[in-house]
Amino acid sequence: MSLIFSDPFDALSTFQDALDAFRTSGWLDAGPSGAGAYPPMNVFRKGDDFIVITEIPGVKKSDLEVQVKGRTLRLAGAKSVGYPEKAAVHRRERLAGRFDRAVAMPVEIDPDGVKAEYRDGILALYLPRAESDKPRSIKVG
Amino acid sequence: MGKQPNKKGATMAQSKEMAVREKKEVAAKEEKTIPGRYFVPPADIYETDEALAVVLEMPGVEKKDIEVSLENDVLTVDGRIDFSKYRDVEPVYAEYNVGHYARSFSLSDRIDRDKISANIEDGVLTLTLPKAKAAQPKRISIG
Repeated sequence: MSLIFSDPFDALSTFQDALDAFRTSGWLDAGPSGAGAYPPMNVFRKGDDFIVITEIPGVKKSDLEVQVKGRTLRLAGAKSVGYPEKAAVHRRERLAGRFDRAVAMPVEIDPDGVKAEYRDGILALYLPRAESDKPRSIKVG
Repeated sequence: MGKQPNKKGATMAQSKEMAVREKKEVAAKEEKTIPGRYFVPPADIYETDEALAVVLEMPGVEKKDIEVSLENDVLTVDGRIDFSKYRDVEPVYAEYNVGHYARSFSLSDRIDRDKISANIEDGVLTLTLPKAKAAQPKRISIG
């Protein structure tokens, strides 16, 4: 299923509904890692490749570590929330701490082709499927 | 839970493991003109002698897509995301939803509205609202 944005005014709600539909897909549950750890991830497919997007506002680029090996993606880092001295805190809702999450993709990833982009608190990882993992068509002779 | 305040000010314990928190949808009193769900950005608010600071987490929002207004002592922040990046991709798994952000706060202090400044970094918007110099006590006449 590809998302087609025919009506620009409806596009966001269509997209939001599509994401909601995949909240229950259990796609990661098959692996050893499972869901529920920080940071929350969304996974998209583009042809043979996967795109993992995660929201980590307040995490500095330098505090972020991404590792890829085989099918496993590991994302680790830390986030701190600070206040100036002598400040009276009225509201404290932002969370801080360490995180270290590993997830298994359903395909082998080509580690040399992985691209990571971090902007506006959103990390996008482009995970190309390893050439050796792609299906080959076999000629029936 | 935080560490002892040091010279730089207080910092929340960094050794703690982070937990996932569901994004909260805006329960709107009024309808938005644009369809789609809005989310409530988590906020920190603190006050110094000179200013009030409002810190909001709005991942995915670019500087140009933020609108801040102060009217009748109500501070309103609106942040739009650009979801055109999601074109041509097919979702297979989702743990969070995406949408615009909106939140407003009633302020009790008098703010020097000409000196409000905003800064966004790594999806975190920091608004600095300097307090008005002379918040004169008001005389009320009984007539």
